Amino acid sequence: MTKYQVRKIVNFINLSASILVTLFGLVMLAWILSVLFGKGFQYINWAVFTQMTPPPGANGGLLNAIVGTLGLTVLAVLIGTPIGVMAGTYLAEFGMKGTFSNVVRFINDVLLSAPSIVVGVFVYTLVVEPSGHFSGWAGAIALSILVIPVVVRTTEDMLKLVPTPMREAAAALGAPRYKVTISIVYKAALSGMITGVLLATARIMGETAPLLFTALNNQFWSVDMNQPMANMPVVIYQYALSPYEDWQNLAWAAALLITISVLLMNILARYTLKSPTSR
Amino acid sequence: MATPEEQLILHRQLQAKSSGVLLDRIFKGSAFSFAALVLIVLFGIMLMLFKEAWPTFAHFGFGFFASAEWDAVNNKYGAIIPIIGTLVTSLIAVVIGVPVSFGIAIFITLMAPNWMKRPVGIAIELLAAVPSIIYGMWGLFYFAPWFANSVQPIMTDTLGELPVLGQFFQGPPIGVSIFTAGVVLAIMIIPFIASVMRDMFEIVPTTLKESAYAMGSTTWEVVWKVILPYTKAGVVGGIILGLGRAMGETMAVAFVVGNSLELNTGLFYPGATIASTMANEFNEASGLHMSSLIALGLILFIITFLVLSIAKWFLMILERAHQGTST
Repeated sequence: MTKYQVRKIVNFINLSASILVTLFGLVMLAWILSVLFGKGFQYINWAVFTQMTPPPGANGGLLNAIVGTLGLTVLAVLIGTPIGVMAGTYLAEFGMKGTFSNVVRFINDVLLSAPSIVVGVFVYTLVVEPSGHFSGWAGAIALSILVIPVVVRTTEDMLKLVPTPMREAAAALGAPRYKVTISIVYKAALSGMITGVLLATARIMGETAPLLFTALNNQFWSVDMNQPMANMPVVIYQYALSPYEDWQNLAWAAALLITISVLLMNILARYTLKSPTSR
Repeated sequence: MATPEEQLILHRQLQAKSSGVLLDRIFKGSAFSFAALVLIVLFGIMLMLFKEAWPTFAHFGFGFFASAEWDAVNNKYGAIIPIIGTLVTSLIAVVIGVPVSFGIAIFITLMAPNWMKRPVGIAIELLAAVPSIIYGMWGLFYFAPWFANSVQPIMTDTLGELPVLGQFFQGPPIGVSIFTAGVVLAIMIIPFIASVMRDMFEIVPTTLKESAYAMGSTTWEVVWKVILPYTKAGVVGGIILGLGRAMGETMAVAFVVGNSLELNTGLFYPGATIASTMANEFNEASGLHMSSLIALGLILFIITFLVLSIAKWFLMILERAHQGTST
């Protein structure tokens, strides 16, 4: 065999392997989604949306968990977004090159990938332990800590894409800096910033670990943020690992609902993203 | 001398300007304080965890890191088993995940026809969007039984017969094990590593690739001898980033690892990781038990902090190298 043939064979083997592993990835995705739809879809019915989480053996639904998840998610986004936007604004508009900004950028990246369970424990020591009980507030705070780094990152990236001449033009008309940022730069980067918020929402919707230490769960209807709060991820965790079949079935229904929401959020984020210069 | 009207206008202008200055200061100041808040959160996490973990460190000293005993009944805690479990599961995840991600990145950047690039890329990214608890359920109810029945016996019969290495491929065929956790983690980190690699491969200048092809290189040689050396630092950074993710992953592992705090050499035995132990035992913990779990959390945070710092460092090297070539 000539050297040329050997090279061609090596090339062929490695490229075939690439195709195979790509197929492997796609098959895994298909497997997970088909299991989810196959198991979850049959248990989704009217009761899921209208009844409370049941004791084992009884009929019930996920109403309190759905409301709890929505409430916790919305609240966390409402707390986290302004903080993230302002911090991102500082990095992009005021302190582009300073040591402080570099440290904040680095720390933000660490928080972005930090284990979410550690954030849960942190809020446990900060809120739950002093107050003596699990609460919806603690859950929302834990989730908002996960929102902040995502929003900081996307805000900074999007603001940096806004061309400097736009800022200079506004400044030349006599607009003060805050007005330039709010009315010109934010406006140009808005779609990108919304993308960041949607991605952050998608990230926290399915988060379970931090909620175990903070909001925990509640079998009953409760919208009191000072009480433990039912939420889908913890319901999935507890029901899926329980020995009762009807609880497991509810867990599959909840798993399907949460995955569909998270995937929709991601797809939505993809479609809202436009370059700030395209307007 | 200006007329009264002109003075009035001037006065108004100055006023407008000064309120602008004030608002500017407020705006910049609040932006700065929220940026500082990011730092405060990180130091807050470190400080609070250390404070809460202190009783454990004071009680066990360095023995906490060296002891393999985790006994809630006798209030004795040692961190070595969950630490090893975390390291081993993440290592398995990286060993499986890196070649697969590499192949996917090659396929998307170099091989796939244009109409296929986007859908395949999006599908792989969707794999990253699936919440980790879903991986847990799927892993426990579908993947683990399948693995225990179809793959594990074959591995034990072949790899398990090897000298020395064989002991790692032993264990009961129940499906939940350190190895299963590693495989599920691998599937979870593949999208991250693959997307970093794909981004890296796409920044390689086309002329560089074209000249290699023009010299008669095969596609694989272009990948191995041109693209990979060019993007080395970034690829390593991406891999370490994936490692960091695998270490901190909680829910998926808590479902499939078996949650047993016993030390076995066999990878098919149930085990535990730091995160899974925390999630699993937290409900019934109090006092020294709780403090030990928080100490585990602190250790996990420090390990991932170090791992992420190394990843960032590699990615920075790549950035610098490119700034160097472009100026």
